[in-house]
Amino acid sequence: MGILVVAEHDNATLKGATLNTIAAAQAIGGDIDVLVAGQGCGAAAEAAAKVAGVAKVLVADDAAYQYQLGETMGDLVAELGKGYSHILAPATTTGKDFLPRTAALLDVNMISEIIKVESADTFARPIYAGNAIATVQSSDAIKVITVRATGFDAAAAEGGSAAIENVAAAGDKGVSEFVGEELAKSDRPDLTAADIVISGGRGMQNGDNFEMLYKVADKLGAAVGASRAAVDAGFVPNDMQVGQTGKIVAPNLYVAVGISGAIQHLAGMKDSKVIVAINKDEEAPIFQVADYGLVADLFEAVPELEGKL
Amino acid sequence: MKVLVAVKRVIDYNVKVRVKADNSDVDLTNVKMAMNPFCEIAVEEAVRLKEKGIASEIVVVSIGPKVAQEQIRTALALGADRGILVETEEKLESLTVAKTLKAIVEKEEPQLVILGKQSIDSDNNQTGQMLGALTGMPQGTFASEVAIDGEKVNVTREIDGGLRTVGLKLPAIVTTDLRLNEPRYASLPNIMKAKRKPLDVTSPADLGVEVKSTQTLVKVEPPAERSAGIKVGSVDELVEKLKTEAKVL
Repeated sequence: MGILVVAEHDNATLKGATLNTIAAAQAIGGDIDVLVAGQGCGAAAEAAAKVAGVAKVLVADDAAYQYQLGETMGDLVAELGKGYSHILAPATTTGKDFLPRTAALLDVNMISEIIKVESADTFARPIYAGNAIATVQSSDAIKVITVRATGFDAAAAEGGSAAIENVAAAGDKGVSEFVGEELAKSDRPDLTAADIVISGGRGMQNGDNFEMLYKVADKLGAAVGASRAAVDAGFVPNDMQVGQTGKIVAPNLYVAVGISGAIQHLAGMKDSKVIVAINKDEEAPIFQVADYGLVADLFEAVPELEGKL
Repeated sequence: MKVLVAVKRVIDYNVKVRVKADNSDVDLTNVKMAMNPFCEIAVEEAVRLKEKGIASEIVVVSIGPKVAQEQIRTALALGADRGILVETEEKLESLTVAKTLKAIVEKEEPQLVILGKQSIDSDNNQTGQMLGALTGMPQGTFASEVAIDGEKVNVTREIDGGLRTVGLKLPAIVTTDLRLNEPRYASLPNIMKAKRKPLDVTSPADLGVEVKSTQTLVKVEPPAERSAGIKVGSVDELVEKLKTEAKVL
């Protein structure tokens, strides 16, 4: 028995969340194999082989996995996962898409978005938008789990020398196809991987005002996020949303600008190392979690901040 | 075409959740309950498909206690045609829910099944995908746009870093994300009309589904509290503290 970790990658590079997922596998204990399923994904497989603590890298290089669609990935991971005690994937939109299919095909339940490993069969996970933490024990023969990256420190990307082994594809039933993609083009770091995140809320008043945050972000090498209120108001696209229904981030520095601090938002950022809040309402709940609070009009404070960095 | 929508009765999203003193679960005594917000978006999407002349019938199904009829009636008031309650007092895990929905799918043979991407109580985000695997149907999860195109549906999905569109052969599954639509409110005449719409009651046993549990809730705790820090008086002081005290700049 061992643990199968399904890598998140773009064929060329391994995505950071894979390293946190491998760390969760290390906390469970046992031999760790990593599956890299893609097309022309040799480079990603080599990167996976270098991760400390990986026993073996399985490579499924086939057109069926070019876009890692839920249907083909679900089938493949169920087929390969049969011989393992645990199957883990990052709780990204890819992992969340295919892994429940895998669980159903294996006739087991699934444990979503764990943040802590208590033992090989017991895990902690947030429920009710992070308002409660449930500890769940599973009696399923195979534990199928998605891992919230912010719950685990990343495994070392270097230091391993795992064997790479090719595995057969599990077919494509041809019921789904990739049509197109619109990815936000940005030179700024990815929200979930950034060291510093600066987010705006309803207080920003409109999308144009986010330009102020972009300027600060570019000085700091930071990513820019938003609260659900700002997304719902149409200021910025949904992929910028930080919160229980958006991205979960835990950077070294999180700066909340014009964000009141709804529980929904706090669930997405409260594990940040240092939190700064800038808000003109001194009663705003965000100040209850902020290490440094500045009660000020953001339209004056943010340009001033930019000037002083 | 026939559209099946699954809805769940959950705690109202405005209610502040509290953990029971004995840490056995969250306290739901005398708490306001409502339809899961993502399920409301699912109902709305089905109703819009009907208004466009694409959907011919909307069947809404809920799995839960007798009172979950309230949420089915809400969906009927919003425009669904008939309801099915799979009545059970037990708290079902996702796999059993998916198996129950599969039994309903086999009976109703819908071309499209729309579900919320997750419920705001358990936050699992599993049922739609599990139903896909059990029925062999393709899925468009976390949908922000649904476009029926003959024998196919194109679903635009909210993914990390942007949007992705997938083409799915019907019958297919869609799970809703926040921006798919803004659900309407039910009008009073429609609420009255909904009371006369058909609502069948069945059970997992009637559908031949075995209720099996493989997960034990060991404990439920409130999240670790983060204590408030200090207020700074100026931007200068903030930058100074971040540099010398927090050492993050």
